[in-house]
Parts: sequence; structure tokens; C-alpha cells
Amino acid sequence: MVELDEIQKRLLREVADLHKVPEGAYNIRSNSQSVGRASTENIEIIPREDGQGLTIKIKPNTKNESVHIPVVLSESGIKEVVYNDFYIGEGADVFIVAGCGIDNCGNQDSEHDGIHRFYIGKGAKVRYVEKHYGSGDGKGKRILNPGTEVYMEEDSSCEMEMVQIKGVDDTTRTTKAELAEGARLVIRERLMTHGDQNAISIYEVDLNGEGSSADVVSRSVARDNSYQKFDAKLLGNAACSGHTECDSIIMDNGRILAVPGLEANDVDAALVHEAAIGKIAGDQIIKLMTLGLTEQEAEEQIINGFLK
Amino acid sequence: MLELKNISFNVDSEGQDKEIIRDVSLVIPDDKMIVITGPNGGGKSTLARLIAGIEKPSSGKILLDGEDITDLSITDRAKKGIGFAFQQPVKFKGIQVLDLIRLAKGEKISVAEACDYLGAVGLCARDYIDREVNGSLSGGELKRIEIATVLAKASRLSVFDEPEAGIDLWSFQNLIQVFQGMREKINGSSILIISHQERILNIADEIIVVQNGELIASGSKEEVLPGLMGTTAAVPECTMSGNPVIRK
Repeated sequence: MVELDEIQKRLLREVADLHKVPEGAYNIRSNSQSVGRASTENIEIIPREDGQGLTIKIKPNTKNESVHIPVVLSESGIKEVVYNDFYIGEGADVFIVAGCGIDNCGNQDSEHDGIHRFYIGKGAKVRYVEKHYGSGDGKGKRILNPGTEVYMEEDSSCEMEMVQIKGVDDTTRTTKAELAEGARLVIRERLMTHGDQNAISIYEVDLNGEGSSADVVSRSVARDNSYQKFDAKLLGNAACSGHTECDSIIMDNGRILAVPGLEANDVDAALVHEAAIGKIAGDQIIKLMTLGLTEQEAEEQIINGFLK
Repeated sequence: MLELKNISFNVDSEGQDKEIIRDVSLVIPDDKMIVITGPNGGGKSTLARLIAGIEKPSSGKILLDGEDITDLSITDRAKKGIGFAFQQPVKFKGIQVLDLIRLAKGEKISVAEACDYLGAVGLCARDYIDREVNGSLSGGELKRIEIATVLAKASRLSVFDEPEAGIDLWSFQNLIQVFQGMREKINGSSILIISHQERILNIADEIIVVQNGELIASGSKEEVLPGLMGTTAAVPECTMSGNPVIRK
């Protein structure tokens, strides 16, 4: 594996908790090049011919294995679109860690748009974690526009954790999913924006199969002058259940728009949307102050807990 | 020792100045358990919130060991040794019971040590330590966790605003043991309780009666308690609210 510098290592720690080469299958992409890759007996990582992404094939019934595919950008001015396709065999049970860290100290924008497509076979289980992180004090923006598509066969399940806590100037996250009979999708999004950042999250989930279910929950904090939009649409096309929730804290001049979208196309579709946006409750701050925390420390604890 | 000197507290009510607390002076000596009682709406809770710094008096002074703390923030008062248990415990999202106890203690104590505080308020620690302090807990559970945080903070003066409210499944005797344990463990510490439950009045070293924002009586329980019996200021444990048992 190519030697990484300290900035690249720090970004890897932030987005994938990686302190060394991960176990199992992995591909580490740094400044538009693969700097380390390994397949295993059950998980094959194949680079696309154009160099812009990977095909990841996971054999049926592969159990308790992991795939790490973090991306780091530490040079200013890189713009890339990367396509990663995951084929998860029937009955497999795997853990996939993606994520992107950008350090931009220059004056040109750096942008990584990762398009991830998941084809999840019958009865397979996927746990997916994606963290986004930005650092660097250059004038160039740090931009991430992830696109996620999830195609779920019968009785498969997918749990996705999407986290963006710091430093990304502009992001549009688009997630689409199609669920067959008995498939189960759980999405947990945690987002914090600050400065003049913009973050847009768009979800569109088609519940096509009987007994399918989706639970999409976003917890977010908008500080300073940042703006967020949460646009979650569930389409109940069969006897299914769906729930979306947007729970947000606004601070300073932060702004949040929550757009609920429920479309029931079957009389047995049960769909629920919840949204709550507001500042930190005053009594929460007062309680922590009576324990000896300053107002600022209290706010930090409340936000840390909220986004935990 | 905490002293309130000529404390008044006014609020603006529909454009009119309304007096909630009127010229109250009192002393809470070290190593004492004091209970403030009186009818509902008489200003008891406001007095407790004025002591914790949640409300600021319109006039008068509050002294802690002779130091004027009237203008100090809630945080500064907490650091100087004032603890406060809310009547209505605050709910959070994401903050766990363990987090709250560690914040109260002011250090990252071990899970075992944190569990001791839950055990002291009659909660099976293993079942609660990882729970979020949110609406999934019952009112009684939240109340006991609230008391556990004040226990963990170990203040020189701990103020409890109606600690018995909502803990009906847990016996009064246990609550009283908590107070007694605090007095034993924290040298010279005082406890101030807002309550009109007879059994809590019975364990007080001194009782203060507040009505219509004014201090109308204070003294030892032997002096004050007989005059209260049969009024709403002293309600026996099993009495339904609104139907006080009249004793003669």
C-alpha cells in the first residue's frame, strides 16, 4: 500500500475509524487513485475500466465479513464522480463502511460525488455506514454529492447510517430505494451544518412488496447561517409500513425545511411522517447549568447527545 | 449557610406588576433539613428557583456563607455548592442516564459508581444506566433519576422541589433514607425541601410556611406543625389531592 501522509491518515480516521489497514476486503482511494486494495475469498473488489469506481461482488451466504471503501481528498481542485456497485448475494450478512473526507487548504473547490448502487439478494442483510467530513481553511469549497440506490429483493434487510457532522460546505444527498416483499430498510441520518453550509437530503422509497417496511429518521442541527432541507417521500404500493421522521435543532440563524411526502397507492399501506424543528429547550440548558455546566457547555452536551 | 434578605419577586402579568414573593427573609443554617410548605400557588417553588438562580429577585439579597450571590448565574451557584432537583424532571434526546450522572458528578466516574446512585433511588441500575433520559421513561422513573443526579452532585445545599410528587410506587421511607444518607455523607450539608406531605414535614428540623408570597410562620416542627394539621399545607400521605382529611 502507498504510504499516506498525516492529513490523509487523519481523514481516514474521521470517516472510517481506520487506524491501520482494515481487515477483510477494502479499497482506499486517495486523490483519485486507489492506494490500497484487497479482495477476500468471498468478496471481490474489481476496479472499473475507466478507473472511476468499483464493482464489489459478495458471494451468497457470506457471513460476518466487512468491506471498507473510504475516499480521501487532500489536494485542492479535484472534481470526481465515482460509481461503486455492490452485488450482495442471497443470504449474505455483511458490514460495509464507506465515507469521504476532504481536506481543502487551497482556493479551488474540491468535489467528490459518490454514486453507490446496492443490489441486495434474497434474505441478505447489509449494514452500511457512510461518514462525511471536511477540514482545511482554504477558500475552496468542500463539496460532496452522494447518490445512493438500493434495490432490495425478498426478505432482505438493509440498515444505513449516514453521518455528516463537520466541515462539508455543500451537499446534496439523494437516496432511492425499491423494496420487494418482506424487505426491510432502516435509515438513520445524522447531520450538523455550520457556517454558510447547505445540506439537502432527498429520499424516495418505493415500498413495492407486501410486508415491506421502511423507517427513515433524520436528526440534524443547523447552526450559524446554514441551511438544510429534508425531503423524504415514501410510496406505499402494497400492504406495507413506512415511517419518516425529521427531528431538528436550529441555532443562531440556521434554517431548516422539512418536506413530508407520503403517497399511499394501496389501501393497506400504512405510512407515517413526523417532523419537529425548534431551538434547544430552555429547561434542558437550565437543568445542565444546575449541575455546574456553563450555558455553552450545556448546549454542546445537548447537541452531542442529540446526534449520538 | 444560606440567607435570603428581603427577597421580593414580581412578574409582569397582562401589563400589571404582580407580586409573587413579598419581602421574604430566612436563614438556612448548615447541617439542617428545612421544609418549606404552604398552599399551592403560594410561591414555594418560586422561592426554590430564586435560590438556584433560575429566577432573579426584583429586590433583596441572597447570601451564601456571607457572600452575595444575588447576581451570580445558575452555573456559578451550582459550582459554589447549590444543587436543585426539578419538580418536573427535564427530558432530553440522546443523553443517557449514565451521561447525566457523570455530568452531575463533574467527572467521568465508572459505570459501577454511577449505578450506586441509581440503586440509592431504588432503580435497578442495570436496566436504566444506558437508557435515554426521554419520554420512554415514566414520570416516576424520571423523578428518581432527577434525585439521583442531585445525589451525585453532592452539594452543600440541595434544594428539592416537591420530591415526592410522582414517586408513589416507591415508598416514602426510601426517599427519607436518601435525605438522611445525604446528610451523613456530605459534612455540614443542608437540605431544603418544598413539600406539603406530612411525612416529610415530620422529618424536618425546621418548617417554613409560605402563603400568598409571604413567610407567615417558621420554627421547629414542634412549634409549626400543630398549627398546620388539617390545612392543605400538611397533607397526609394517602390523601387524594383536593380532599384533605380534616384532623381535629
